[in-house]
Amino acid sequence: MENTNKLNTNVPLEYQTETGKLNILGFWIFLGAEVALFSTLYAAYFALKDGVMEGPLPIDVFDFNYTIIMTIVLLTSSFTSGLAIHEMRRNNIKAMVVWLIITLLFGAGFLYMEIAEFIHLVHSGATLGTNALWSSFYLLTGTHGVHVAIGIVWITLIIFQALKRGLTPDTAKKVFVSSLYWHFLDFVWIFVFTGVYLLGMVK
Amino acid sequence: METENKNVQANRFPWSQVIGFLLSIVLTFAAVWVGKITDLSYSQIAIIVFAIAFIQAAVQLFMFMHVTEGEQGKWQLGKMFSAAFFAIVIVAGSVWVMNSMH
Amino acid sequence: MVEFIKDNLILNDPMIVGANISILLTVIVLVFVLTYFKKWKWLWTEWITTVDHKRIGIMYIISALLMLFRGGVDALLMRAQLTVPNASFLSSQHYNEIFTTHGTIMILFMAMPFLLGLMNVVVPLQIGARDVAFPYLNNLSFWSFFFGAILFNISFVFGGSPDAGWTNYAPLAIEGSPGPGINYYLLGLQVSGIGTLLTGINFIVTIIKMRAPGMTLLRMPMFSWTTLITSFIIVFAFPILTVTLAMMTFDRLFGTHFFTLTAGGNPMLWANFFWLWGHPEVYIVVLPAFGIFSEVIATFSRKTLFGHKSMIISLVVISGLSFLVWVHHFYTMGGSANVNNIFSITTMAIAIPTGIKIFNWLGTLYKARIQFTAAMMWALAFIPTFVIGGVTGVMLGMAAADFQYHNTYFLIAHFHYTLIAGVVFACFAGFVYWYPKMFGHKMNEPIGKWAFWFFTIGFNVCFLPQFLLGFAGMPRRVYTYLPEDGWTALNVVSTIGAVGMGIGFVIIVYNVYYSLRHSKMETTGDSWNGRTLEWATATAVPPHYNFPVTPVVKDVDAFWQMKQEGTANKKDIEYEPIHMPNNTGTPFVMSIFFFIAGFGLVFEIWWMAILGIAGSFGCMIFRSLRSHVYDKGYYVSVEEIKRLEQPFHKEA
Repeated sequence: MENTNKLNTNVPLEYQTETGKLNILGFWIFLGAEVALFSTLYAAYFALKDGVMEGPLPIDVFDFNYTIIMTIVLLTSSFTSGLAIHEMRRNNIKAMVVWLIITLLFGAGFLYMEIAEFIHLVHSGATLGTNALWSSFYLLTGTHGVHVAIGIVWITLIIFQALKRGLTPDTAKKVFVSSLYWHFLDFVWIFVFTGVYLLGMVK
Repeated sequence: METENKNVQANRFPWSQVIGFLLSIVLTFAAVWVGKITDLSYSQIAIIVFAIAFIQAAVQLFMFMHVTEGEQGKWQLGKMFSAAFFAIVIVAGSVWVMNSMH
Repeated sequence: MVEFIKDNLILNDPMIVGANISILLTVIVLVFVLTYFKKWKWLWTEWITTVDHKRIGIMYIISALLMLFRGGVDALLMRAQLTVPNASFLSSQHYNEIFTTHGTIMILFMAMPFLLGLMNVVVPLQIGARDVAFPYLNNLSFWSFFFGAILFNISFVFGGSPDAGWTNYAPLAIEGSPGPGINYYLLGLQVSGIGTLLTGINFIVTIIKMRAPGMTLLRMPMFSWTTLITSFIIVFAFPILTVTLAMMTFDRLFGTHFFTLTAGGNPMLWANFFWLWGHPEVYIVVLPAFGIFSEVIATFSRKTLFGHKSMIISLVVISGLSFLVWVHHFYTMGGSANVNNIFSITTMAIAIPTGIKIFNWLGTLYKARIQFTAAMMWALAFIPTFVIGGVTGVMLGMAAADFQYHNTYFLIAHFHYTLIAGVVFACFAGFVYWYPKMFGHKMNEPIGKWAFWFFTIGFNVCFLPQFLLGFAGMPRRVYTYLPEDGWTALNVVSTIGAVGMGIGFVIIVYNVYYSLRHSKMETTGDSWNGRTLEWATATAVPPHYNFPVTPVVKDVDAFWQMKQEGTANKKDIEYEPIHMPNNTGTPFVMSIFFFIAGFGLVFEIWWMAILGIAGSFGCMIFRSLRSHVYDKGYYVSVEEIKRLEQPFHKEA
């Protein structure tokens, strides 16, 4: 399965071994599954959001400007993780690590802002068990947030591995796969921002 | 070799990332403008902002994630198209079915 | 702690106490046997930690057969209760638990693992690969399935089984069922679903990337094609189940309002999401079955499968359409006429590609010199029997008509005709057909045919009357009925048929034992004059690396073509050392943590749930940090290869 004798240096490091190619393709398939997962959470929100009597309305408790900032923060972290891969392909491990750390800082910032938002919402009477709209809101955004948290831990571990063992086809593969994951989280957030927050502010 | 494509050569400015980033910001604010500044009806806004969201998602798929890269680029792209199809079925299908219940 | 055990151990029902005692005895005997014969290390190194797809497949199949036994006993108990009116053999509570576990076990813990097991054993061989793309994940898939099944299965002796049907509708499943029963359902399926999703990803990558040179997708055997398409359905459908189960778990444990009766919850949304998964699920089980039949029919007709291309196209169409029909499971729930009409159309449409496949099988049989082996008989019986299931499905698919049939015995008969004739017959056919590939000897043919006749005749005697019972008005999921209902005679007939099926199953199990003692060992890898690559190995049971040299493929029915050309089983080839993946114990440990987390959530023991989840993540972190060592694998030397390629070597 691993054929370290025949590295094709025309190809980025992460694609150079059989394992690398398999893992990357496998991860894209996994992302397809994640789309189905988030779609279901999303569908629940849209199916349930209109049928509630008690509990605050999103338009009354969302801080939309705050959410725009959160969105830009996450988008920026996706951008910087792309820069990290760019540096990885130029064999610049130090620059790669710097961009990855910046990515994680922005990611942690997003998470901090989201938790603060949840606390604010809870104080405003919008809790997990208040009604169907808020249950589905928290499960959708919470699942996304848990994914972000897992991503932060994962990428941290990978930074350690890359520093310890340098840029090999194996570590390059890991960095690349984790960056695909990280990009995907912003991909999902586009829809959360649009469908939950933006549309929640309309009317 | 399909993997040796424009995005992948070393020592070039990361155009793909930067353009993708800027486009994403523009699209985000365009959606905000449509939703908050214009005076359209809810369903009109919904259609437009979702269209914008799909465009931004596509921008990120191609410019950040390089979905067509690799020997299996076509499979990856196909997977994302089918994912989009199933996402629409699940979300729109569920909303349509549940709203029709009496 | 003692209180906890006392509260949940079920001691007032003699059947359950009896089951408890037999489980305890079985475990004690197993532990004793393993210790006496000093086989613990063997169990660990050869089976628990194996990443060999063939071994993993065998473990899946053994689990499936055990679950078939349990699900079958459930069925016989139900039939016993329903034979005469006003029977008091089973209370209503007990009956509800039994039909719930019967359905859940048969679909999720019998059919799925049986088919996944056969896919695991066969597909890498059929495409000329050495293993699947992700052997480590494959091991994890099996153990998470296994521990999910264990979690579900202990419910009836500890805490109480779920009793809201395998479909588990809200609000019965939420406000209507306090206690651990439904939690077992939600968590057992959740844990075991992880494994299935991973298998789907594994097989897609394996089939896309690891086919032998020359094997274009159009030259790939049908069973591998159905595996590929099924895996796509799994990847998109199972996450729906994951979320749906999680939402109800949150409703039951954390006070959310997805499917509740109050605060804006919508119980009907459960039905919507459940069937968004549930309908693709039945195609996940039926498509591999179709693949098995394609292989068996082609081999024993000694012809290439008729209409190869249209088979593939119809597979793709079915998989797409399978996501567009789900509402037909709840036409009567109150949707508008527009919704019901659209879904009637899509439902009836899906019969078209299925019909094409039936005609292709008939075309394969036409003017063929058919060999009536046991495997072939299962396949031949499938065709007319499944068609009965299929056409009654079209009847049910017409929404207006369905208002009469829904949730009557007509429905039960329909889905048993499709599931048993489709899936179970295929499992038996595949089991017999690939048995020599798994164990090195064939199952006894005459005994296999007895099993076939008992089971098939018994099946029709059991379920054909149920169509009539449905027309006569007998509803589903009733634990008894009155003499004046007029349903007694047909129920008696149905029970007789069920007994026949039970006998058939017992004969199959007996055949396993009998064949072990009396069947001749296979001398070549080609037990049936096969057409596809899995038969192209030197020994009946392939060595762990499958092929010493990757075969080159020139046509559909690759092995058949090689035999015609004379290039099969060449002996004087240059061997090179083969790189193989290492065994691993981490997935087993991770799955135990899944079980701990699940059990903790079932009983709302929060420290246990957190421990389980933390442990699972711990295993993932461990894997991430050690993968560079693990992934190095090991090499099989040329001497070892030469030894293993001799037909009569001693297995290592």
